[in-house]
Amino acid sequence: MLSSYLTLAAILFCIGLYGALVKRNAVVVLFSIELMLNAVNLNLIAFAKYGAAPSLTGHIFTLFTISVAAAEAAVGVAVLIALFRSRGTVNIDEFDEMRR
Amino acid sequence: MQSIASYAWLVPLFPFVAFAVLLAFGRGFRTSGIVVGSAGSAASLIMSLLVLAERLGTNADDYNAGFEWIAIGEFTLRMGFEVTNLTTLMLVVVSLVSFLVNIFSAGYMRDDERITVFYAYVALFVSAMLALVLADNLLTFYFFWELVGVCSFLLIGFWYAKPEAKKAAKKAFVVTRIGDAGLLIGILLLFWHMPNRSLAFTDISNLFGQPGMADSGMTTLIALLLFLGAVGKSGQFPLHVWLPDAMEGPTPISALIHAATMVAAGVFLVARTYDIFLASPAAMDTVAFIGAFTALFAATIAVAQNDIKRILAYSTVSQLGYMMIALGLGSLAGGIFHLFTHAFFKALLFLGAGSVIHAVHTQDIREMGGLGARMKLTAWTFAIGALALAGIPPLSGFWSKDAILTAALAGHPALFAVGLLTALFTAFYMARLFFLVFAGKPKTGARAHESPAVMTVPLVLLAVPAIAAGFVEMPWNGWLGEWLTGTAEETHGGSLAFVASTAVGLLGIYLGWAVYAKGSIRRDAVSSRMPWLLRALERKYYIDEAYQRVAVRPLLALGRGLQAVDDYVVEGIVRFAGWSAIAFGRAGIRLQNGQAQTYGLTAVIGLLVLAALFVGRRFW
Repeated sequence: MLSSYLTLAAILFCIGLYGALVKRNAVVVLFSIELMLNAVNLNLIAFAKYGAAPSLTGHIFTLFTISVAAAEAAVGVAVLIALFRSRGTVNIDEFDEMRR
Repeated sequence: MQSIASYAWLVPLFPFVAFAVLLAFGRGFRTSGIVVGSAGSAASLIMSLLVLAERLGTNADDYNAGFEWIAIGEFTLRMGFEVTNLTTLMLVVVSLVSFLVNIFSAGYMRDDERITVFYAYVALFVSAMLALVLADNLLTFYFFWELVGVCSFLLIGFWYAKPEAKKAAKKAFVVTRIGDAGLLIGILLLFWHMPNRSLAFTDISNLFGQPGMADSGMTTLIALLLFLGAVGKSGQFPLHVWLPDAMEGPTPISALIHAATMVAAGVFLVARTYDIFLASPAAMDTVAFIGAFTALFAATIAVAQNDIKRILAYSTVSQLGYMMIALGLGSLAGGIFHLFTHAFFKALLFLGAGSVIHAVHTQDIREMGGLGARMKLTAWTFAIGALALAGIPPLSGFWSKDAILTAALAGHPALFAVGLLTALFTAFYMARLFFLVFAGKPKTGARAHESPAVMTVPLVLLAVPAIAAGFVEMPWNGWLGEWLTGTAEETHGGSLAFVASTAVGLLGIYLGWAVYAKGSIRRDAVSSRMPWLLRALERKYYIDEAYQRVAVRPLLALGRGLQAVDDYVVEGIVRFAGWSAIAFGRAGIRLQNGQAQTYGLTAVIGLLVLAALFVGRRFW
């Protein structure tokens, strides 16, 4: 059982990673990051249920992660809106301020 | 009361101070430069004369003083000076000639805008030469030996805008370097060989004076290496090639450095380390035969040259060969005696040539002629110098040449014959020079007139010793030899040498007169029959060409090859190192593009590499 959960989580993570690295639209990149977080959550739950030492800690940690992810999504979208207002675009490859 | 000899270290100091002052003020002063330079050498002259007077008066002991220069462990190098009769004589000769040359240059170099620099170089040279003479050990000697070489280089190339002068300066420096390398190796061998690691001349003399040292291979080797240094400096065959080219320098320099003083340093070196040579018959023979060969060889070349200074230069080479003959035959006094008289009459001849060049602005004797009427003083003094060089009694050159020929007659008849033949050629080419320049009809330089007094007075002052310097040593009066070596040299009735050398000298002059003044013998009497001989003489026996082919070109090719290695291999490696750093930086710039996604991708790749490494470690 464990391995199928893990496989699903790995696939989810890879899709998320791909989206985060490749997509130009910053909103899609934020979605992709959520996907990766959820893959991690899936792993935590799977280990909490089927791991070597099952316990509640995994579930609790997952709840924390979800709340932090919600906060992160809120902040991320706020930043995106601010960026869109000032630059008129959400294309991530047009933001290269770190170079200067 | 302290002896004057203990203050002899002041002698080289005066010109050195003059040098420092001239260097400090540079082109700031012109006339004062002449005064400072001349005053420096005048002070040296006075000091040297005082030392001489003291040593003439009493039978003074040699005076030696110095200080520790470098101490390494228990071994020390000393720097010091030594006053002996030989060094005193050299001091007087060097300071007298340099003082007169300083005066002469005031006229000759008057219009040169770098005259202060010239005087600075001359002052440095005089200082180094006097210090060389006074040096009490070989290392100090070597130090100043190189310093006079540098001054010679600077002064030959003084007119560095002329490409020939630049070339000549380089040639002089490189060729003498060959000899200097030999000298250095000789000094090192000697240092290794000496029981107490001392290089002082007195210790060398004491050691090699012992009979046990005689004729070991090491002694011969050291003597030959020291002689190699002398060969380079004194322009002996096969390293004579630089001296005639050195005539590209200003004429007073030719008189001072390349006739009277520095080139005699080689002879002085042999005389100073004479005990080493005495201990090795093979080395003595080498010295004598190289000297004899050079003497004849250079005299024949001088016959066919047309440049007034080059004739005198080859004559210098030839006369230095004479000195070597005397030294090689064991006649220290004869060699030094000839050095002594030669310094005066050759300096006189060069300064006379300078006066002529100053008047007619050419050095080619075929373009001169008839100058005797318009430059009486120059002509008369030049005649005195030429007669002294040709060996006509009772001028100084006769007595010294006679001393050498007497020694040669007693030592080796072949050398005597070579000496006589050389004397014949010498008289002939001096007659040719004199008659072509001063007699006959004027060709060019119709406006030629006598040089100013500042140039003629030194000529007159030099003419006096050129006449009289020979009276210190005559066949029946061995005063100089006794004073120099402490023992009276045997002067067994050299009436044959006496008569023969006079006859040969007169014959040479007569031939020269008959060919070039009277015209009773046609000028091409020999050359029309043997044109190859004339050509060979004019081209100086093709020695320069041969060196060009044998030594210079292969060395240049080697140098170019090594330069190519340096350019492409060594520099290639250096460039690659630089280039790789730049390329690394460029790659970094490309990564650092400000795109968050690229950074993320890089991080992922890095993570994958790390993971691969951790996993891969299990398998090996």
